Amino acid sequence: MKELLTLLENNARYEIKDLAALLNESEEAVTDEIRALEERNIIAGYHTIINWDKADTEISKAIIFVNCVPERESGYDKIARKIARFPEVDSLCLISGKAEFLLQVNGRNMREVSNFVAHKLAPTEGVNGTETMFILKEYKSNGVCFEENTEDGERLIVTP
Amino acid sequence: MMFEEEINQVVRYIKPSGIRKFFDIAKTRKNVISLGVGEPDFITPWHIREAAIYAIEKGRTFYTGNKGLLELRIGICNYYKRRFNISYDPEANVIVTVGGSEAIDIILRTVLKPGDEVILPTPAYVAYAAIIEMAGGKVVETELTEENEFKLTPEALSKVITDKTKAIILNFPGNPTGGIMTREDYAKIVPILKEHDLFVITDEIYAELTYEGKHVSIAEFDEIKDRVVVINGFSKAYSMTGYRVGYILAHKDIVSMALKIHQYTIMCATTPSQYAAIEAVNNGDNDIEVMFTSFKQRRNYIVKELNRIGLKTHMPMGAFYVFPSIKITGLKSEEFCEKLLNEENLALVPGNAFGEAGEGYVRISYAYSLDEIKQALAKLENFINK
Repeated sequence: MKELLTLLENNARYEIKDLAALLNESEEAVTDEIRALEERNIIAGYHTIINWDKADTEISKAIIFVNCVPERESGYDKIARKIARFPEVDSLCLISGKAEFLLQVNGRNMREVSNFVAHKLAPTEGVNGTETMFILKEYKSNGVCFEENTEDGERLIVTP
Repeated sequence: MMFEEEINQVVRYIKPSGIRKFFDIAKTRKNVISLGVGEPDFITPWHIREAAIYAIEKGRTFYTGNKGLLELRIGICNYYKRRFNISYDPEANVIVTVGGSEAIDIILRTVLKPGDEVILPTPAYVAYAAIIEMAGGKVVETELTEENEFKLTPEALSKVITDKTKAIILNFPGNPTGGIMTREDYAKIVPILKEHDLFVITDEIYAELTYEGKHVSIAEFDEIKDRVVVINGFSKAYSMTGYRVGYILAHKDIVSMALKIHQYTIMCATTPSQYAAIEAVNNGDNDIEVMFTSFKQRRNYIVKELNRIGLKTHMPMGAFYVFPSIKITGLKSEEFCEKLLNEENLALVPGNAFGEAGEGYVRISYAYSLDEIKQALAKLENFINK
């Protein structure tokens, strides 16, 4: 299972027949396993890593620290669910350190992200404070470097 | 050709590598796709490269002691204990060499007297025969066959032992066949090696790429350990081919003799490369794991596909080569590879480059991305169906 997940984590577009050959399993077995992993929400989705800068499309992303107070009984989970529901929130995690939550928020431009923080996130019940850091340039995302030709080692055509 | 009569006649008559010849043809052509490379396709892990850079930055660029940095020798001994459960003393049993190649050379020059015979199971890596001859020895081949999964059998071994046999070279997992030897396989040949007091030179450069069970070193057998010389290095396990760092693990009296050759011809292995090797051997087990899994998957893929397109291919248990039979085409290995290069622009290595026993086979390396492998196999399929 881990081998299959690692393959898919690096390339969600493998064809079933290739996965089957790589793992030395039948295509049916691989299809069934992927379906089971999807049903159990272990495979929670498939994404494309996009270098938006290069696509010349304006997009604004920010990292936001959120301070809040835990609630009796539910701890941080209830407020996390509330924040996660906003479609602007790309990712959300509970962290150790100076804030409680770390968010990545995506918007079409800076103003959209600012409006989200000012009008939606900050007023959310339980949120005590926010600190917003706009992303200026992405160099690497999900393990993929966006800079090209950074490593150009070349092997000979034939070697012993 | 000038100087033919004057120069060393052993060197004169050494056959140029069949791979070299093929490379010369391949490089004159444009857009060649190749599955002919004998090195991993990973770039050296960054923490290892960084260690080399740091060594240079800090001015660690002087000669080291002849045996290599003590910290590296300690790391190597710890590694052999940790991964293969064999003990060596970093002070007495280790020489750090310039790649496995130098290790093979100095060991053969250490043990061989003129005319001594060295048993070489073939198909074998191209350098062994030439180095044996340059060291004044005589190559005695014994064939590793597909029927025996390219393992060395006691029968094949016994057949070629004579009064003059001094040593044997073992290379499991092997280039070009990918064959391995299990503990049981070794147990069958160890008594014969012991009976004839042979030096056993075991090149374990592909040890970490063993896909069934764990790699077993013949040095595990205490009854012959004094005569076993382990050769290994960093090229294949950590994808560090260009660093040129290898090593010898052997009895202290072999080490002290081999060290004489090493100190006068090489002095010491490249210093920044030794620092990179320290980082690799101490903190690189996880890199090995990642590369291992990726090679194993590609092996599964290529064997399945080759058999599908009609080339009978044994599932190799080690290294990153497959060695399919091309006998159904009726072509000789070299003919096959030359035609394939001319008609499809695809470069493979003819099996006979690894000795006559490789005739009727080709070596295909799967140290390529899946896309490259697919592209190459499509060309191969096209060629076979013509």
